[in-house]
Amino acid sequence: MNKTLDQFSIGETGIVKAVIAEGKIKRRLFDMGITPGAEVFMRKRAPLGDPIEITLRGYELTLRKSEAACVNMEVTDK
Amino acid sequence: MKKIVLAGNPNCGKTTLFNSLTGSTAHVGNWPGVTVDKRDGVYKKTPENVAIIDLPGIYSLSPYTPEEIISRNYILYEKPDCIINIVDSTNLERNLYLTTQLLETDVPVVVALNMIDVVNKNGDKIDVKALEDKLGVPVVAISALKEKGLKELMDKAYEESRVVREGTTVLTDTPLARLIDDVKTALKKQNVENPLFHAIKLVENDSMELNTHKETAPMVEEFKKTFEDNTFGKDFEAIIADGRYKYISKNFAQTVTKKEKDKLKMTPSDKADKVLTHKIWGIPIFLLVLFAIFHLTFAEDFLYLGAIFNFPTLEELGLLTEDGEPINFGVQLLSTFYDGQIASPGIFIDHIWNDLIIGNLFGWLGGLVEDSSLSQWAIGLINNGILEGIAAVLSFLPCILTLFLFFSILEDSGYMARIAFILDKMFRRFGLSGRAFMPMIMGFGCSVPAMINTRTLADDKERTATVRVIPFFSCGAKLPILTAVAGAIVVYFGVGNADLITYGMYLLGIVAAIASVLLMRSTSLKGETPPFIMELPSYHTPQFKNLMAHLWDKGKHFVKKAFTIIIASTIVIWLLSHFSFAWQFLEDEQINDSILADVSKFVQPLFTPLGFGSQLGQYGWVFVVAVVAGLIAKENVIATFATLAACLTAVVGMDFGELAIDAEDGIDAVQSMIMATGITIPALISFIAFNMTTIPCFAAVGTAKAELGNKKSFKGTLLFWFLSSYIIGAMVYTVGSWWWTTFIWTLAIAITVMGIVFRNKHNKVGRNQL
Repeated sequence: MNKTLDQFSIGETGIVKAVIAEGKIKRRLFDMGITPGAEVFMRKRAPLGDPIEITLRGYELTLRKSEAACVNMEVTDK
Repeated sequence: MKKIVLAGNPNCGKTTLFNSLTGSTAHVGNWPGVTVDKRDGVYKKTPENVAIIDLPGIYSLSPYTPEEIISRNYILYEKPDCIINIVDSTNLERNLYLTTQLLETDVPVVVALNMIDVVNKNGDKIDVKALEDKLGVPVVAISALKEKGLKELMDKAYEESRVVREGTTVLTDTPLARLIDDVKTALKKQNVENPLFHAIKLVENDSMELNTHKETAPMVEEFKKTFEDNTFGKDFEAIIADGRYKYISKNFAQTVTKKEKDKLKMTPSDKADKVLTHKIWGIPIFLLVLFAIFHLTFAEDFLYLGAIFNFPTLEELGLLTEDGEPINFGVQLLSTFYDGQIASPGIFIDHIWNDLIIGNLFGWLGGLVEDSSLSQWAIGLINNGILEGIAAVLSFLPCILTLFLFFSILEDSGYMARIAFILDKMFRRFGLSGRAFMPMIMGFGCSVPAMINTRTLADDKERTATVRVIPFFSCGAKLPILTAVAGAIVVYFGVGNADLITYGMYLLGIVAAIASVLLMRSTSLKGETPPFIMELPSYHTPQFKNLMAHLWDKGKHFVKKAFTIIIASTIVIWLLSHFSFAWQFLEDEQINDSILADVSKFVQPLFTPLGFGSQLGQYGWVFVVAVVAGLIAKENVIATFATLAACLTAVVGMDFGELAIDAEDGIDAVQSMIMATGITIPALISFIAFNMTTIPCFAAVGTAKAELGNKKSFKGTLLFWFLSSYIIGAMVYTVGSWWWTTFIWTLAIAITVMGIVFRNKHNKVGRNQL
């Protein structure tokens, strides 16, 4: 099943398919390791519901839902 | 001297390594982006001494954040002899991404596998030799914290610094390999240094490169026309980033052997995180932590025990003399932590420092000067000008250090990054990111480090807005203004509650900051909310060594400030108040004729709408002098009152009763000013509100200038500070004096807000139609 990263529920795992963004945000997502093929585990949401915290490439990363919406994912594990 | 630079991801132990190598005490924290400027030191155990330069932590050499630009320019244009690339071994994959970029320069590289002890402890293994073969540069396993492997690392780096190296890339398997090679050859012909690095950045369409290599850029465009990748199309930046990570996953995954782990087992870090960022408890816990920090630092009545149990005061116990002094040294010691209430640790240290150490030391020094054969005016200058100034600044040292100790613990433990995570949504409403919280909260300690810390904010407009509102977060030096004036209001007029006024002022500052950010982000500093894509470091117990290093660094900075800017400014103020325009020396009694008084009288009418202008009569200028003195250092405001109280007694024989004898005490000094001028309560509150929000001290203004970089926005910032404090002061005074003016202010604010909303909407419609 495919969906964007911001729609992931807590505990879901997926593979990055594509990053649809521009300039600064796109580069930052790449630099932090969100590139096609990377495995991402959705850890939690902040107390106010946004941003989210994910695990990828062995570390914890936080990003906003609006930024996570740029990342197309394929769900591999629930 | 050879230059060796330290480069690596934020939070990979770079600054710890720097401290271990140079014996210096640069500030270290568990917060991505703690080193925001490069700093240098010297390492002495190689055959010749080498300079060590610590660059800010970066994830990449992209051209987007100030840290990346600083690092990139240093590596490319300052000709370092070797790069030590520090890599967090517990997170090899992401850390090596930067390594692949550093290898593309022609500078020799040594990779330092830091935190190898943690990897081994976890039961994992890294094959150093295999990694070395793959990277083609020396790799040394170290532990910066335990100082293991450092000698070997430095010997390797020194050796490497003497060889010539040519850049290498891991992108040879990507479809862009040929293009990169062609561009590199073209650049080489133009004698460009680091041709491979520049070639790859050009191919990435890097904005910094497009400007510097205009002739070569079309080559890439030409190639792009005929190229089409299956997944990425013509997005070369994506192909390159992907190429790097693919190479890393393919080649370096096998150098690490992970112990089989139960995936569901939670590490202690996970457990801590579960509580601290809990859905419901996360925010209350954060508020509690913040309250605890301020309570531990500033509370006179620790845990409110005194109020609850009604302990007897020292006076009631008969332990004080009639003058209110302790009857013996034992009682003086007791008074440092007990007087009807138990002092919090911060206040306890404060008492020890100020009552026992500073008080006695400076009393003794002053006595020496008094007894010397110096002329009258020289004694005045040294005692009233210099010594008093230094003592005033040093008296804040305990408060600032205690506060910083707590912030360091938050930072070092990894909780600070979670605070940004928790608060981001709230900050976004104001057009800022959760990261802006850190510099703002630091503003409660001191504006200078807070402003420097804004460099962790990637967006220029967000930075400018944050730098501007930092002074609204009342710093340690402004606290005495609050306590002295609030205290005087309570004692003199017998109304109100000093704590309440102080808290109210802190709150006013925060409200002013929020309002200003909203205003700026919707008018002059409009822009998209900056991204918030941030690493959350693992929690760990703060290292005592790091904490002490941090405190030492802060203390040093502060003492340096005391002995430079403050000395200079107190001398200037003293001279201005003891010389007339005819350049004639004036006794204390003649202060009314001094340059300072003349200038202050001249600008005094300006402050009439704020309640401390012309309406105060003959001696009203004292408040203006205090404001002016406050521009140099906020500590000066109350100190000026103390000096002026003594002078006024001498001049007009003004009788302040017992107050003048003890005018050193801020509350008494303010009371004498009230008696001399007949200033009203609303005007006094307006005076503190103005001082809280106006142009900060010299040091902070200088820092703001350096941080903002561009002259126009710096001038705008000065004007912003003055105007906002003027408006706030006027609002406090008029509303306090005539309650019905509330309606006028409300109306004015409503009209402004509506005007801005309307204009922004109108502009948006206009743009959409185009």
